[in-house]
Amino acid sequence: MLKFVGKRLLAGIALVAALSVLTFFLLQTGSSDTARRIAGQSATEEAVAQVEARLGLDQPVMQQFLNWAGGALRGDFGVSWFNGQPVTDAVLSRISVTVSLAVGSVVLTALIGIVLGALAATRRGWLDRTVQFLGVLGQAIPGFLMALFLVIVFAIKLDWFPATGYTKPGDSVNEWLLSITLPVVALTIGSIGGVAQQVRGSMIDVLNRDFVRTLRSRGLPVRRIVFRHVLRNAAGPALSVLGLQFVILLGGAVIVEQLFSIPGLGPLALTSTSLGDIPIVMGIVIMTAIVVTIVNTLVDIAQAWLNPKVRLS
Amino acid sequence: MSTATTPVDTAPSDTRAPRAHLLRRLMANPLGGPAIVFLLFVAVVAVIGPFVAPNDPSATSLQNIFAPPGDGLVLGGDSAGRDIFSRLLVATSFSIAGGLLVAAVASAIGVTAGLVAGYFGGWVDTMGSWFTALTMSLPSIIVLIAARSVIGPSMWLTMAIFGVFISPVYYRVVYNSVRAVRNELYVDAARTSGLSTPRIIGRHILLAVRAPVILLTSGIIAAGIGMQAGFDFLGLGDPTIPTWGQMLNEGFYNINRSGLLVLWPSLALGLTLIALTLLGTALRDELEGTGDERAKKLPAWTPSQESDPLLTHGEPVPDPLLEVDGLAVAYEGKTYWTTVVHDARLRVARGKTHGLVGESGSGKSQTAFGILGLLPMGGRVVDGSIRFDGQELVGLSYDDMNKLRGHRIAYVPQEPMSNLDPAFTVGSQLTDPLVIVQGLSRAEARERAISLLGLVGIPDPQRTFDSYPHQLSGGMAQRVLIAGAVASHPDLLIADEPTTALDVTVQAEVLDLLRDLQQELGMAILIVTHNFGVVADLCDHVSVMRKGVIVETGAAEDVFREPKHPYTQSLFDAIPSGAPRAPLPGVTSSGDLGTGSLS
Repeated sequence: MLKFVGKRLLAGIALVAALSVLTFFLLQTGSSDTARRIAGQSATEEAVAQVEARLGLDQPVMQQFLNWAGGALRGDFGVSWFNGQPVTDAVLSRISVTVSLAVGSVVLTALIGIVLGALAATRRGWLDRTVQFLGVLGQAIPGFLMALFLVIVFAIKLDWFPATGYTKPGDSVNEWLLSITLPVVALTIGSIGGVAQQVRGSMIDVLNRDFVRTLRSRGLPVRRIVFRHVLRNAAGPALSVLGLQFVILLGGAVIVEQLFSIPGLGPLALTSTSLGDIPIVMGIVIMTAIVVTIVNTLVDIAQAWLNPKVRLS
Repeated sequence: MSTATTPVDTAPSDTRAPRAHLLRRLMANPLGGPAIVFLLFVAVVAVIGPFVAPNDPSATSLQNIFAPPGDGLVLGGDSAGRDIFSRLLVATSFSIAGGLLVAAVASAIGVTAGLVAGYFGGWVDTMGSWFTALTMSLPSIIVLIAARSVIGPSMWLTMAIFGVFISPVYYRVVYNSVRAVRNELYVDAARTSGLSTPRIIGRHILLAVRAPVILLTSGIIAAGIGMQAGFDFLGLGDPTIPTWGQMLNEGFYNINRSGLLVLWPSLALGLTLIALTLLGTALRDELEGTGDERAKKLPAWTPSQESDPLLTHGEPVPDPLLEVDGLAVAYEGKTYWTTVVHDARLRVARGKTHGLVGESGSGKSQTAFGILGLLPMGGRVVDGSIRFDGQELVGLSYDDMNKLRGHRIAYVPQEPMSNLDPAFTVGSQLTDPLVIVQGLSRAEARERAISLLGLVGIPDPQRTFDSYPHQLSGGMAQRVLIAGAVASHPDLLIADEPTTALDVTVQAEVLDLLRDLQQELGMAILIVTHNFGVVADLCDHVSVMRKGVIVETGAAEDVFREPKHPYTQSLFDAIPSGAPRAPLPGVTSSGDLGTGSLS
């Protein structure tokens, strides 16, 4: 098991490293005339050269990369080209909001999706059709369209929730809950169906396995078999799909944040990409990738742990 | 699932039209038909929209700002006084084009790379899995936002990048299909018959991946349209190109001035995406035959064949423990029943061993599952009666049947490894029924389980108790399953081919164990087997089953001496000459294996 965890961690680190190299060269070398844009159209050649020197843009690309990578290894992703704010601070303060939205949605999705999927697998009938309907809905309707609909109905027409704005949990827990309810619900509705369908499918697979018949022959009640044995054996595929959903929800959160004016990664990404503030954009890409890679690694380790063959080797 | 569940009756084959009529079948599908009609409508709008739009979709006009519908503006004007109707027509064109571009780029890259990597492996394979891992580590919207900081607001480039990013979806599906097909015989045959490699790929593999690729494409187009709408909704798109996303953005930020602004693009986007998804669902149903046509058309089951008369030897068993009469087991299909057991009659005497013999697929396992009330999904006892110690079992509820299962009736399966839950230790699987069903305490159950493991001849019970199934050999696993079955001191043990999956030497040990346990516990055994050696070794009585019908029954000795049915005779002839037909039943076994631990 330790060996597996070690291997998986190394793979994750290699992935983030490869992604950093790729992003750096695609973004840094792709943007042109940076110093002129920063200094302003009317700036003198001298002023432009000064900016270039200050940002290190006059150095060879390889040197620039080494500087950046050296800093990144120490957790320093440089400073914004436009306002000089450290990238690490700017991104970390925003990404925590976005990740909490995504985590909240994933937890809600897992709870509802697993229960719905388990019921659909064992009961069939109308529940089964509900799960299929939710699956189609979630697959078809992007999160932001759902959010748009929820805002119009519940915030603008009914005025139950604030349409925009965000309260920090430190300021008022109640207000915070109100401000994130609609975004989380919008994100969750879209992902429940997929998870429920996966849980349903893998539970039906397990229900058809030989050992379930043998357990039944021992006189065990169906509920005991479903909750102890079937759910446990179906947990692996369910975990995988939840890991995938997390990435999708993270992306969805970026758009939904903009809709609700929540100060997460979304608004920061929008302003920095429009400005061409490459250090911030790079920071967003790399730190998001780190978060996703950590989640994916945890999912893989949990999968392995669920399997005694891997756990005991 | 054991192989014995294969139905014997040849069911009417699938009479649906071949693939050439896929479109017709889709149109008839309750989801597919409306979806196709709507998508055709959208396609027509997308093609002719820009040409029939009454006004320039980007022309602003001060007097038309938030103009109500009418007066040359079918749907009114937006916040810049542009004609909403014209914008909607042109936006449909660009939105659909964006989705198609994504699918085109993604399929071109994904399918090609998947074909090459799947067929040749090597560095393309490695690159492919790395690229797939990379795309899994970032939400695509982040990538598109990052790309925009370099390429600027370009709709076509953005969609093309999204196509590249999403191409692993095709890659994985094509790769897996190619891998599966590659090693199949017909490709090998094509290779040895001298066809060139490209032709092998072209002919066979493209055929195999066609269905999944068609299926994916509807989903990818939808993903492209949705992503473009989201991107443009954020205000990142090219402002000179009207799209649904831009109209949504404009409508949302002016929601207090005019609610209708947001309605039209939402409807267009939502309905198109739902139609594409439903088309995908319908396609999958038709291509994979997974459609959920409920068994409404299924008629009531009727006896499907004349059964041979049952040939009997000697007097019937007096006061049998198990009496089966006229038993029929059938599986429900979409429009017909598949009957696997027909008019079966069986008598199992108390404390004796009864062999149920027949070739695989003859319905003997189905009979056993029918008695246990554990038929696989879709299977049902459709006729006849099963009486256990005088109690009728047919029609009993699952809970009532559970009062017998695990108490008086027990089951030993065929394949030991697949019948233990891989996620739990042997000990926990043995003790759980003892606690839940027999009502023992955890400590009592543990003690009992360990003594049971000793009883079935396991040398180190404590160690096996703590083991996971994958740490056991097949023979050990089968002993564990037998221990679990006899834990409740059952009156009837139903053993379904208990030795078939085991090594020859282990087979003999397990048979000895069953015989010893029977003498120790005085239970009746119904043993399902295709092996007359097992019958000769173990059984007092035997019933011969053929094509779902029991054709001959009697004391094993009599059937061996004088088989009446030609099928029984042919089964005897099939035993390789030189194989031991003796010892005949009734002769006491000299096997002493495991008896030491029986005391």
